[in-house]
Amino acid sequence: MQVYADNAATTRMSQVAVDAMMPYFTNVYGNPSSLHSAGQEAKEALEDARARVAKCLGCEPREIYFTSGGSEADNQAIISAARFGARKGKKHIISTAFEHHAVLHTLNKLEKEGFEVTLLDVSQGHNITAQQVREAIRPDTCLVTTMYANNEIGSVLPIAEIGAVCKAAGVPFHTDAVQAVGHIHIDVKAQNIDMLSLSAHKFHGPKGVGALYCRRGLPLTNVIEGGAQERGKRAGTENLPGIMGMVAALEDAVAHLDENMARVTALRDKLIAGLSQVPHSALNGDPVNRLPGNVSFCFEGIEGESLLLLLDMKGVQASSGSACTSGSLDPSHVLLAIGRVHDVAHGSLRLSLSEYNTEEEVDHILEVVPQVVSYLRNISPVWRDLQTGKRTYIL
Amino acid sequence: MALYSEKVMDHFTNPRNVGVIENASGVGEVGNAKCGDIMKIYLQIENEIIVDVKFETFGYGSAIASSSMATEMIKGKSIHEAMALTNKAVAEALDGLPAHKLHCSVLAEEAIKNALKDYFDKNNIPYDHEQFKETDHDDLHAQVHGE
Ligand SMILES: Cc1ncc(COP(=O)(O)O)c(C=O)c1O
Repeated sequence: MQVYADNAATTRMSQVAVDAMMPYFTNVYGNPSSLHSAGQEAKEALEDARARVAKCLGCEPREIYFTSGGSEADNQAIISAARFGARKGKKHIISTAFEHHAVLHTLNKLEKEGFEVTLLDVSQGHNITAQQVREAIRPDTCLVTTMYANNEIGSVLPIAEIGAVCKAAGVPFHTDAVQAVGHIHIDVKAQNIDMLSLSAHKFHGPKGVGALYCRRGLPLTNVIEGGAQERGKRAGTENLPGIMGMVAALEDAVAHLDENMARVTALRDKLIAGLSQVPHSALNGDPVNRLPGNVSFCFEGIEGESLLLLLDMKGVQASSGSACTSGSLDPSHVLLAIGRVHDVAHGSLRLSLSEYNTEEEVDHILEVVPQVVSYLRNISPVWRDLQTGKRTYIL
Repeated sequence: MALYSEKVMDHFTNPRNVGVIENASGVGEVGNAKCGDIMKIYLQIENEIIVDVKFETFGYGSAIASSSMATEMIKGKSIHEAMALTNKAVAEALDGLPAHKLHCSVLAEEAIKNALKDYFDKNNIPYDHEQFKETDHDDLHAQVHGE
């Protein structure tokens, strides 16, 4: 049995999305900027797509800007708010310690330019509160940017409450909703979200396409300079097939959101209950406010890469926040930010489900994960030291 | 998965010589859990011959494979032959390791050397201290990961 349980990394495209793209490769292939009929036909499709994305988010079509994905949308939102703030002498930004690197690295860049960044602590309950945001806001705060839901540990942040706090303080609020769009109900107006990033490949759409919602009245700064596409705010000939695939996937996700959420949440809870039986393990992330598909655990005494390789051989494709996957000496900054020490963070496993996963697959995961964990523990000197009392258990 | 050679995968999934030796002639442990890899080697030595060897490893698939291969390479050999085992020989015997996993073979060489040193110390056998220079593992890790 082959089980794909890495949907937070990327998803399989839905047939609806693939079908929606096809005509735009060979039939409607004009450049939307061209004046001839082929171009105008493409332009019409593009604007229709914009209106449909806007409808799914609860905003106006002119507030949607198509991008190359979540990273670009994050970069542009943050850079734009920073430039706008700096013009008014405001150079303080609030974010969280467990953001995606698309956000954190952009903030690092701004820090080097003289901005001050406050990263909210996420070690309490593996989440933040709106109260933390309220307390961090200063007169010179030009942006609050918090993710909607965490990609590694699945915590869903109190977005509407944060939106209300920001609105009351008059501070623009951006959310990286890459992991949330298509999986959780979102209404940018009701939730007082000023800017939002999304990425098609996380909800069964194509890779390399996404969007930035930016409330009317907030000025955007170009990240990519050139032609006048996207109201002059994002240059480059539009990826029309990608955009059409994204819209189809988004509408499909939103139309079936409640049923998908119920089904995936049930699978998730079964997995969490089963894996909680493994001794000296711990669930990462907010146990209550949680993405429907996210299961994240730390298993003491083992290392994540060997865990992933063995699981792959047994047909389970998953992910880990161990050093090997972060490509550096340290395990994932997210696991460290929620207070997992290095020794434990190395032994992390993320299983992320989608509506394509089945109960049989979950049963298969529940059969092989404990086997592989105990196999690795049996050859681990750390585990022996824990068992013989030379080392004390953390979990 | 094309990340590792077939040899690495074989030694990772069917590791040879896993376990412990009670009252071993020499025990060596290198690495730390903070970095994500620890290797422990147990040697049983009789008349300067390694009659038995066992290992335990916490770490990457390549760390488990390196320890397994290294134990195979020294089992039944003399302590002098074991002293001459290099990380390069271990990596070659595994048909190569990805560049950023080469430190796993270094750990294997060092764990064996550490176990031999423990044996020399326990038996008051004189040796050249120069031969047992330990690498700083944080440094090594940082080098291979290019940080
Ligand atoms: C929370 C979050 N933000 C941003 C991104 C980046 O999105 P993309 O891959 O479309 O650039 C991802 C996905 O990798 C993500 O999970």
